[in-house]
Amino acid sequence: MANFPLLSLAIWTPVIGGILTLAVGDRRPQAARWAALIFSIAAFALTIPLYTGFNAHTAAMQFNEYAAWIPSLNIHYHLGVDGISLWFILLTSFLTILVVISSWTNIQQRVAQYMGAFLIMEGLMIGVFCALDAILFYVFWEAMLIPMFLIIGIWGGPNRVYATIKFFLYTFLGSVLMLVALLYLYFHADHSFNLLTFQQIPIGSTAQILIFIAFFLAFAVKIPMWPVHTWLPDAHVEAPTGGSVILAAVMLKMGAYGFLRLSLPIVPDASRELAWIMIGLSLIAIIYVALVAVVQEDMKKLIAYSSIAHMGFVTLGFFVFTAVAMEGSIIQMLSHGFVSAAMFLCVGVLYDRMHTRQIKAYGGVVNTMPIFASLMMLFAMANVGLPGTSGFVGEFMVVLGTYQVYPWAAILAATSLITGAAYTLWLFKRVIFGGVTHPAVAALKDANGREVLVLGALAFFTLLLGVWPAPFLDILHSSVHHLVEQVAINKIPA
Amino acid sequence: MFLFDWLRLFPALPIYLAIPLAPLLGSLIAGLGSRQLKEKAHWAPIIGVAVAFYLALFVLWQVTQGVTFYGNVYTWGVMGNLPLHIGLDIDALTAVMLVVVTFVSLCVHVYTVGYMHGDPGYARFFSYIALFTFAMIMLVMSNNFLQLFFGWEAVGLVSYLLIGFWFQRESANAAAIKAFIVNRVGDFGFLLGIAAIYSYCGSLDYRTVFAQLPNLVGHTVTIIPGHPWSVITWIAILLFIGAMGKSAQVPLHVWLPESMEGPTPISALIHAATMVTAGIFMVARMSPIYELSATALAVVLMIGAITALFMGLIGLVQNDIKRIIAYSTLSQLGYMTAALGASAFSAAIFHLMTHAFFKALLFLAAGSVIHAMNNEQDIRKMGGLRRYMPVTYVTFLIGSLALAGIPPFAGFFSKDLIIEAVGLAHVPGAGLAEFFLVAGVLVTALYTFRLFFLVFHGQPRMDAHTRAHLHESPWVITVPLLALTIPSIYAGWAYIKPIGLGSFFQGAIPVAQQWNTIGEIAAHWHGSLSFVMHGLISLPFWLAVIGIITAAYLYLILPGMPVVLARALRPFTWILEHKYGFDALNRVLLVNGVLFFGRLFWRVGDVRIIDGIMVNGTAREVGKAALSWRRVQSGYIYHYAFAMIIGLIMLMTYFVVMRG
Repeated sequence: MANFPLLSLAIWTPVIGGILTLAVGDRRPQAARWAALIFSIAAFALTIPLYTGFNAHTAAMQFNEYAAWIPSLNIHYHLGVDGISLWFILLTSFLTILVVISSWTNIQQRVAQYMGAFLIMEGLMIGVFCALDAILFYVFWEAMLIPMFLIIGIWGGPNRVYATIKFFLYTFLGSVLMLVALLYLYFHADHSFNLLTFQQIPIGSTAQILIFIAFFLAFAVKIPMWPVHTWLPDAHVEAPTGGSVILAAVMLKMGAYGFLRLSLPIVPDASRELAWIMIGLSLIAIIYVALVAVVQEDMKKLIAYSSIAHMGFVTLGFFVFTAVAMEGSIIQMLSHGFVSAAMFLCVGVLYDRMHTRQIKAYGGVVNTMPIFASLMMLFAMANVGLPGTSGFVGEFMVVLGTYQVYPWAAILAATSLITGAAYTLWLFKRVIFGGVTHPAVAALKDANGREVLVLGALAFFTLLLGVWPAPFLDILHSSVHHLVEQVAINKIPA
Repeated sequence: MFLFDWLRLFPALPIYLAIPLAPLLGSLIAGLGSRQLKEKAHWAPIIGVAVAFYLALFVLWQVTQGVTFYGNVYTWGVMGNLPLHIGLDIDALTAVMLVVVTFVSLCVHVYTVGYMHGDPGYARFFSYIALFTFAMIMLVMSNNFLQLFFGWEAVGLVSYLLIGFWFQRESANAAAIKAFIVNRVGDFGFLLGIAAIYSYCGSLDYRTVFAQLPNLVGHTVTIIPGHPWSVITWIAILLFIGAMGKSAQVPLHVWLPESMEGPTPISALIHAATMVTAGIFMVARMSPIYELSATALAVVLMIGAITALFMGLIGLVQNDIKRIIAYSTLSQLGYMTAALGASAFSAAIFHLMTHAFFKALLFLAAGSVIHAMNNEQDIRKMGGLRRYMPVTYVTFLIGSLALAGIPPFAGFFSKDLIIEAVGLAHVPGAGLAEFFLVAGVLVTALYTFRLFFLVFHGQPRMDAHTRAHLHESPWVITVPLLALTIPSIYAGWAYIKPIGLGSFFQGAIPVAQQWNTIGEIAAHWHGSLSFVMHGLISLPFWLAVIGIITAAYLYLILPGMPVVLARALRPFTWILEHKYGFDALNRVLLVNGVLFFGRLFWRVGDVRIIDGIMVNGTAREVGKAALSWRRVQSGYIYHYAFAMIIGLIMLMTYFVVMRG
């Protein structure tokens, strides 16, 4: 198994599957759906050996693949995973299956293209998590945006053009400077694009600061961090359900992953130097954005703002540089992958029936959709961070890890206990509870088997991660401890 | 004991685990099978809780034999380098709590069969209360802060679900959210307390943390620059903020009266007997921390005493039968908290126990009244019920006497013990606290018997239709009432020595020598009878008697008087009717504050400044180009692929140029 190119399979199976699904064509939507389902399941099955064969006792890259790609420029097809990236590969391939199933009937136009786009995007996103060559990383990083533009731009809501342009401009402008930084590092590292080499070379302090800023712009936009977050609510509102799911659950993690793989180990001195800014921005996300979430009138916007607030915990945990907080951040990313995906799916279930996202159009949904309401209650509680659900674990660890270093930051972050409950429960109350006031609500049909299957699968992981996070955490320890050591190193040449 | 002999065949751990898991299983069966089971859904939860009760008795018996347990069940997760476990701490304190929780829960389960009969949410209700029992058991059995927090939040969740049980009612939903969020304010402190413990002790395991505490004495923490605080005081106060939320102490009490929107059985179980006492239990469990901080003890004492008197006063002007009992609960929780502040931890647990019995009794009896009155809760529309509901009447009377503190009923012993202990306390503010608690006795007797006389005596004031249908409740309701009268009568007399004076808790609740108020009382102990004799010649007893006589005078002999009195004391009653303005303050400052800042940050911060100036300002320049961008949004994959290739070519060109 060791020499088997598992990572390449994980990347290219969905890409090829996506292309084949495209080839099925839009005239045969049912065949396209089945093709997408089979390919997504196959792709997921191919990522499972990554978990079973993973050695959690080392921080070294595993399942490495190394081949020359563009020899003249010393660019390599270089792949590998460690404890930090492993879960995100599995998360991506798992969620793609759910997206395919959940889009089964609510996408009727250009089905093959839609499904194909998701499969191709899956492969490209996994590529980001595996790439160890800077150019390969950059190519995946930019390429994965293309299917997402398509998904929002073609299958999106009425204001999709504005949202797509905003999304594109933000993320593209952010990424351009990252490329410049990578090129600088290439010359600095004696013409190597190897990310692991970048991590080892000494870099002067000014250069570190500039590289950090360049990386920051690329990653902060993706996460998104305040104040470059305003594209996200617009993108979510216009995106179809599947697009929102992948956007929230996986794409937002790219930025956070970038900090872990590039910023912290490559420019540790600058990371420490500028940590206070990062902590400040994270706290603003946690407090300010949570308050913004409270007053939203559109369900998707509310959940989008809630996502930003949750991602604030992730970045906070990165920049206090304790192993506990950093592990907490990664668990928070994973949990957010399940919970935000589920929340957007829940909104999708309602939207499919009522064709509105306005909170005030609902009320008393529990009367007609009790099974759906119970499932959504679980995800709402996970969003609130209730112990026993995945939402608790990460926030708990980040608060504990942060308190050790900056008690005040922990105090401010812990306010999310209150604000998170406020916006989530108020949303839940207005949508789900109460008497039936709208005739449309009275006519609602409860979640069907497909919807229950998708939400149930997410519910399972939400609870598992909450009740027994040990297996998830065990994968992380070696890599996170290694990263915490890396970020403490002084790389400024004497 | 022969009842438990067969259990010795099993290893200890599975038996301990069965206590929480039996109700959990019952909850799952009732919840998942709700559609099929309908009104048969009560069997699984009742059996589950009965098993838990039986095993809790076994554990209590074992503890009296000296068998305790402290160990882990499974590793929840390794956090950094620190393994966190789900584990059990079985000692005297846990055993007493287990018996109280499972006994009251069992009574409430049986009662619910009658009370919720015909409700469309019958199975859901049973599923919730069994789940609650599970969570509460996990909370009291925990051997670490993580699991404590788990149970802590889980009981809060079930409380939220049950307050909003009748989800079609707007008021119930509002009360549920309020309860959750106010509790979260407490949890905010609690979580930071846990974070502080982790930060200073490097562990979340009770014993490890307690062993570290002596090293922390003298350490300070500076949260506000220039004001160093003792680390232990800081931790103790943070944890206490959690207790204030859960046990509804001023100013985090506002959620409890509104929790009465939930069905009455849960008012008895969750909002009187068990969940709200979780804060009391937690502080007693953490006695090694509190004993090291005079400041923290003084804060606890003062908050408790204030709650005891001032919440009781509000009870005087309420007219809703459940709200009066709810304010009474607040006041009684204040007594328990004050006892904690006086280091009389065992007295607090003793009052927790007797209160659980007689308050659950009062609530369930009130439920019986509400049931008979066709869901009327206004005591002004009741009266003369004793003729129609003899069992409810007698049991309610016993509960009232216990609450008012008349010997030989249970409340007398626990309350007198608390007042004596506070009288002996040396922490700052003890004198004032004692005054509040003694004055509270008069208030307690007054509101209790005002309620009692207005409901059961005097002329019937209900409409003819309701009156024609008045009847005693069925046996599933009266039997739990009778079951609860037994401990309400004898638990004080019988258990003041082992539980109240803490001889049973040796080791489970450590108390520092210099604060040992209960130890002083125990040193002069001459038996329950002499305690009663002593009580009969002391002030609190006579205040209680005066309170009852005054209530009889005002509400039986001169029914016009209260109105005249209320008018004469207008400013005073106005303040009480507005509950000291806490609700108004919260609404104006907190709720509106959050909405104001939310809208400000959104409309001005996000929309106008970030989007309006920063993004769209830039975009306006790009705006003209947007047309061509839109053309790029063709939707054809090959367009995009083509664009990508162009990008790559440009990139390559760039390299080549750079290299060259």
